[in-house]
Amino acid sequence: MEYKISNRLRMGAIIMIVLGALGVAYGFMDSHKYETVKDVETLLKSEAHHGGGHAEEAHGESHSEPASHVEEGHGDEAHAEEGHKMSHEEHVLHQIHNRPYSALYVAAFFFFMIALGVLAFYAIQYASQAGWSPVLFRVMEGITSYVLPGGLIVLTIAFFADSHLFVWLKEGITEVGHENYDKLVANKSSWLNKTGFFIRGAIFLGGWSLYRYFSRKFSIAQDSADDNRNFKKNFRISAAFLVFYIYTESMMSWDWIMSVDPHWFSTLFGWYVFASMFVSGITVIAMVTIYLKSKGLLEFVNDSHIHDLAKFMFAISIFWTYLWFSQFMLIWYADIPEEVTYFVTRIEHYKLPFFGMLAMNFIFPLLLLMNSDYKRINWFVIMAGIVILCGHYLDVFNWIMPGTVVERWYIGIPEISSILLFGGLFLLFVFTALGKAPLLAKRNPFMKESEHFHY
Amino acid sequence: MEASKVIHAIYTDDDVLMSAVKTVKAEKHHIEEIYTPFPVHGLDKAMGLAPTRIAITSFMYGCVGLTVAIVMMNFIMIKDWPQDIGGKPSFSYLENMPAFVPIMFELTVFFAAHLMVITFYLRSRMWPFKKAENPDPRTTDDHFLMEIAIHNNESELTSLLQETGAVEINIVDKDEDAH
Repeated sequence: MEYKISNRLRMGAIIMIVLGALGVAYGFMDSHKYETVKDVETLLKSEAHHGGGHAEEAHGESHSEPASHVEEGHGDEAHAEEGHKMSHEEHVLHQIHNRPYSALYVAAFFFFMIALGVLAFYAIQYASQAGWSPVLFRVMEGITSYVLPGGLIVLTIAFFADSHLFVWLKEGITEVGHENYDKLVANKSSWLNKTGFFIRGAIFLGGWSLYRYFSRKFSIAQDSADDNRNFKKNFRISAAFLVFYIYTESMMSWDWIMSVDPHWFSTLFGWYVFASMFVSGITVIAMVTIYLKSKGLLEFVNDSHIHDLAKFMFAISIFWTYLWFSQFMLIWYADIPEEVTYFVTRIEHYKLPFFGMLAMNFIFPLLLLMNSDYKRINWFVIMAGIVILCGHYLDVFNWIMPGTVVERWYIGIPEISSILLFGGLFLLFVFTALGKAPLLAKRNPFMKESEHFHY
Repeated sequence: MEASKVIHAIYTDDDVLMSAVKTVKAEKHHIEEIYTPFPVHGLDKAMGLAPTRIAITSFMYGCVGLTVAIVMMNFIMIKDWPQDIGGKPSFSYLENMPAFVPIMFELTVFFAAHLMVITFYLRSRMWPFKKAENPDPRTTDDHFLMEIAIHNNESELTSLLQETGAVEINIVDKDEDAH
């Protein structure tokens, strides 16, 4: 059964991209309205005057309570690395300038991680020789077509955003005696430096894309083969890829995400990021499958396949919560200042996204998908999937924003436009790739088992 | 009560058993019980049994466990003998809640699992020192046994079961006092 991206979908995706690009451009222009400290002073005055929400709060807080200011400053990267030579207004100016970069980066990483999560899931299916999933292979291959472009986008944004995202790229941060000097970052500079960042980025992305390229090639070749040689090759490279992936994914999470707060570190961060990308990826597999089924395609995919995907959504949501909580509880319990500030910043300034994401990523899937029958109802899976995806967007938001814009966050035009921009690109890539091969990987040796799969 | 006669058909393969169950159901006979050495996937559906409600009881037991954990930790750590948790002596349940989450989780699982197993045993009328209902010990090894009540259709049933691939067919007087 062939699929071709419909004109409506392509137009929709292009409109999303254009609207998103306009919004992103607006975000950058808007942030540069504030060129100097003077502009920010006027802004803060007018916010204080209008009694404007949290900005005023933060302002009042940091000036009237010097004790809490210092304590807070521990975790606040912008602060720690610059000592107290910078005025509050100057901080705010930097935060305003960081915001459009951060918004772009969060959305770009979110869509990239969906594709990468699916790639890992796909490799696991091959390596474990799973019998239920081969009918979904072409859907997964479609989604993983976004790994390379998505990864390149993330790296490009990181390159241009520079110290707007990664404070460890600030000038003079490793030079003793420089006003930006930061001893902790200087000690880490053998790992945290721009050249190293991009060399590693190229290795990670190169490895993942190579696996994706060859596994897709062998998968297509298997369609017209008369033996299982291509399948066996795929089995072997999938096992090798998984070993490569589990190391590189972890390092990628230190580089691309954890280094936004370079003083802070957590040893299970790689796993935690993996859980997030895995559950988002599986959710998108389920959503694309249900979408294609609604078009009358994928007639060989039955309710039991959807049921299994929904089980994975349920299980990995709980796995994610387990890792999130393991990280949180140990840090909360030990209460060591340099660790706990990470959560202090989030709980003080990000109450809604921080706890909201817990509700969306844990409570919702737990209650919605617990019942066995609900996992087979397509629209139910879609609704739960939307909640899970929004929750994991917020998860990425909570990784990046507190280190770059601190309390000056909002989900406004820059954030939503970035989601539109990369969401549109993602749809365009995925559905174009879906149209390039038959939707049934028909010569896969497990295909018969998969087609007859029933729970 | 009339002395009930039952027919015992014995099979040696679960796939043969499954197709036999389908044939017998298609002929509109009521299957009393099937004894198998291991769980046969899809057998309950083929027999037309009502879906199990054990998952619902499990959920309720889990909720009980969660409540017990919350109340218990509140009493032990906050009320009865207030404890300084991780150098944060706030004596407030909510502020110390993260420390209790592992306990909440464990007791939820503990209650759900144990009470579910006990419920399953009781619902299956199994308790200590109970005499086994199993009519043929071979069903604990490698044989499958289907039990059908006879209502003046002995020969018809026998020939039907023979066709389905039963390796042995016995007519048994069922002793009602046995359970």
